[in-house]
Amino acid sequence: MTSLYEEISPDPPDNVPVRRVTMTVNGEKRAADVEPRLLLAHLLRYGFMLTGTHTGCDTSNCGACTVLFDGKAIKSCTMLAVQADGHDVETVEGLATASELHPIQEGFKHEHGLQCGFCTPGMMLAAKALLDENDDPTEDEVRWAMSGNLCRCTGYQNIVKSVLWAAEKLRAEGRS
Amino acid sequence: MTQALDEIKIGGLGASRKRVEDNRFVRGKGNYVDDIVLPGMLHMEILRSPMAHARIRSIDTSKAWAIPGVRLVLTGEMMATRNLAWMPTLSYDTQAVLATDKVRFQGQEVACVVADDPYIAKDACEAIVVDYEPLPVIVNPRQAMAEGAPLIRDDKENQHDNVVYDWEVGDRAGTDRAFEQADLVSKLELHYPRSHPSPLECCGSIADYDRSTSKLTVYMTTQAPHIVRAAVALVAELPEHMIRIISPDLGGGFGNKVPVYPGYVISILASILLEQPVKWIEDKTGNLISTGFGRDVYLRGELALRKDGKILGVRMHTDADHGAFFSDAQPSKFKIGLMHSAFACYDVPTAHLTARGMYTNKAPGGVAYRCSFRVTEAMFFQERMVQAAADDLGMDQAEFRRLNFVRDDDFPHRTPFGFLTDSGQYGKCLDVGLEAVGYQDFLRQKEEAKKEGRLLGIGISVMTEPLGAGNSREYDILGIKMFDSAELRVHMTGKAILRTGAKSQGQGHETTWAQIVSHELGIPAEDIVVEEGDTDTAPFGMGTYASRSTPVAGAAVAMVSRKIRAKARKLAAHLLEVSEEDVEWELGRFYLRSAPDRGVTIQECAMAAYSNMPDGMEPGLENVSYYDPPNLTWPFGCYIATVEVDPETGVWDVLNMVAVDDCGVRINPMIVEGQIHGGLTEGFAKSSMQWITFDEEGNCIGSNFMDYLIPTAWETPRFELLETCVPSPHHPIGAKGVGESATVGSPAAYVNAVIDAVAHLGVRNIDMPLLPDRVWSAIQSAPSG
Ligand code: FES
Ligand code: FES
Repeated sequence: MTSLYEEISPDPPDNVPVRRVTMTVNGEKRAADVEPRLLLAHLLRYGFMLTGTHTGCDTSNCGACTVLFDGKAIKSCTMLAVQADGHDVETVEGLATASELHPIQEGFKHEHGLQCGFCTPGMMLAAKALLDENDDPTEDEVRWAMSGNLCRCTGYQNIVKSVLWAAEKLRAEGRS
Repeated sequence: MTQALDEIKIGGLGASRKRVEDNRFVRGKGNYVDDIVLPGMLHMEILRSPMAHARIRSIDTSKAWAIPGVRLVLTGEMMATRNLAWMPTLSYDTQAVLATDKVRFQGQEVACVVADDPYIAKDACEAIVVDYEPLPVIVNPRQAMAEGAPLIRDDKENQHDNVVYDWEVGDRAGTDRAFEQADLVSKLELHYPRSHPSPLECCGSIADYDRSTSKLTVYMTTQAPHIVRAAVALVAELPEHMIRIISPDLGGGFGNKVPVYPGYVISILASILLEQPVKWIEDKTGNLISTGFGRDVYLRGELALRKDGKILGVRMHTDADHGAFFSDAQPSKFKIGLMHSAFACYDVPTAHLTARGMYTNKAPGGVAYRCSFRVTEAMFFQERMVQAAADDLGMDQAEFRRLNFVRDDDFPHRTPFGFLTDSGQYGKCLDVGLEAVGYQDFLRQKEEAKKEGRLLGIGISVMTEPLGAGNSREYDILGIKMFDSAELRVHMTGKAILRTGAKSQGQGHETTWAQIVSHELGIPAEDIVVEEGDTDTAPFGMGTYASRSTPVAGAAVAMVSRKIRAKARKLAAHLLEVSEEDVEWELGRFYLRSAPDRGVTIQECAMAAYSNMPDGMEPGLENVSYYDPPNLTWPFGCYIATVEVDPETGVWDVLNMVAVDDCGVRINPMIVEGQIHGGLTEGFAKSSMQWITFDEEGNCIGSNFMDYLIPTAWETPRFELLETCVPSPHHPIGAKGVGESATVGSPAAYVNAVIDAVAHLGVRNIDMPLLPDRVWSAIQSAPSG
């Protein structure tokens, strides 16, 4: 993309305003020169090639782009990349270690909380934000916390079960 | 004795096997079209019409060309020089790719820009100046029929009005007679509003034309890659073997990704012109206002009734709004799809349907939104008419249905419209549902509540639906018969790769197809990898929609496995040094009838196919099957909702939603239940909030997720699922389609429940979606409201 220079080129075309941003993404320091209008979701997807963050709408409704921003769930399509300058971002790619799935990922697989998988990364990060705050949520609390994320496939029932499954596992492991 | 294999343990039929595809999806490692980056890839954006009906006076693209980074600007005029301004539709009409003469709906494709970057492409689209001359707008069939209505399709030589078709089916005279003999005629007028499948992932493509090899590769959000290859070969006049369509992971489809859209075609032309890969990713508004919608049908329905409750005849007239181009994506030769599957579960002596289709200034492309084409409307109309008739007769809802069901011993049964249903136990299915919901108890509660001024209601919906097109006698797309295919290659160590002509969009084929092979051959499911969606590698198939994968491709998987088993039997006989007739099969193993301990496993047979085959036998253990089903499959179901309506606000809450589904043998119960949850949710969405409508100028209301309401986890009710199991009599493993049953059957349950709550006030109907203001107004204006 010309609106993004991950490899910082010596002379970007002068008609494009460019700003340097640095941020921590999944624990790693990343830098990019970006057009001020570039969305954070697009920097993650097309700049850093972290394509697990999806975009499913133009109006901040679907939540497919949800990431954790300084630990809080936000919609990365609704934030400019320059606003993330100096902040900490966690995407779905940061959930698992090389060998082990995060209990939330395990929960979604175990309880069949996904079908096409398009909403799943956003759903899991919304769930993580919830469980970081509340390690023993009720079903209603889960439904409310996930209500900024749309799923077109599952009807949510198994998503809710997945989150409750993960909560239990996290508590059992003493990780919450 | 050797221990017999435990089929559930190896992931065979009936195992709730965890999904294989989840491993990549939960890691964010799915591979959707927009995730793909090719070297030198350019980005395309489409400029859409803001007007619903207007003549194009001029298009000025000069300012767009002047923006740095812009590589190509295309208009209809330029497409026309390559004979690509129009393309054929799947319903034998034509559709504009980029508008030349006029625009016919809001959102129609007018021009496109290819640039180095999607942001630049968007900027350049805004710099294009189009001069429109507004024309009068038509937004419903009534206006389309009116005297002096403007002609929408003036591009078509012999088109002098806005009628797409006038069609009928059934027995007109016989039905007239039945109505003459009726004690009572129950009438109902309904509208099934326009809706949009709206998968979370929008449509998109990356076209990559390589001049040096003349090969065109297109990554595309398509549910039917082989049909697209055929269409591209015909439209773009490229040789079929030089076209490779790859449908990678799809973020849902629900019918939306069956048609060929202008965006795909333009990206292909752009790549050919620029000799670079061109990516087009639609935004949500583009998806909602221009791609395949569902429904938009008006019904006039009548039932001829005897006073004891017997249905004597059915009369239906439908007016369908097709938008500006007749591009229904449906494989039947029936103009209104399978609308005449209505009343298939009822024993109706005679029926007649007339159907008219109209052009309007709305988006084209009616698709089978999570259903076999028009079956959703058919079953909704049926169950709403049934409820109204029971009310008119003063009969109990359940009793009236029971009285009219086709009896369990009456199969095969010819419906009055000519379908052949092959199995069913509708009465039992209803009873299971009634018991789960506590029917009699609820009726008592309802009466109690009424005394306190509270409005409770219960809605029943029972249906059987034709799924799994087709049989090749009756179903085809552009002449290509509706079969499907599977190719199985068993490697020498007994591991295997399976490819089919279907294409999963979340249904979990990578998991379930392996289970069918496992059931047939005893190879553990985890030893089988499943691939779909690449026309260079998959056998020719018609894709996944209309719940046809399990009925057709799934059957092909079973059949190809049986071919493999037949060859393995020969290999087993050779290894055991006996004749084939002396060999018996049990899961995963052939053994000697006279000495069951002496046997060889399927894996040993596989090894022999490559290393120790008998004289004269071809080496290898591979085969392919093309399956043409003898009939559709007929799953059936019963959906019962209980609701409470707030008379002050018109808000209604679902108290209970029970679904009893009979899809025959379940390959993977966990996945089946997931499909039903999804279907029930879409049924709830359509009955409560989700619709696409238009103002009188043809502006689409519902062009984004702020106006097009999709329920979240918060609004969506909880579901209770139950089942009965009548195997399909003709499917090789007794399975039937299921992915769409609940979408088809459940809307009438929700609506019937709300109507039931307010019927005593004199409310006979409220059209979907049952938004609070509609319910409130209906109560207010009811005779005793
Ligand atoms: S992409 Fe839909 S909310 Fe961000
Ligand atoms: S799994 Fe498809 S949108 Fe949620």
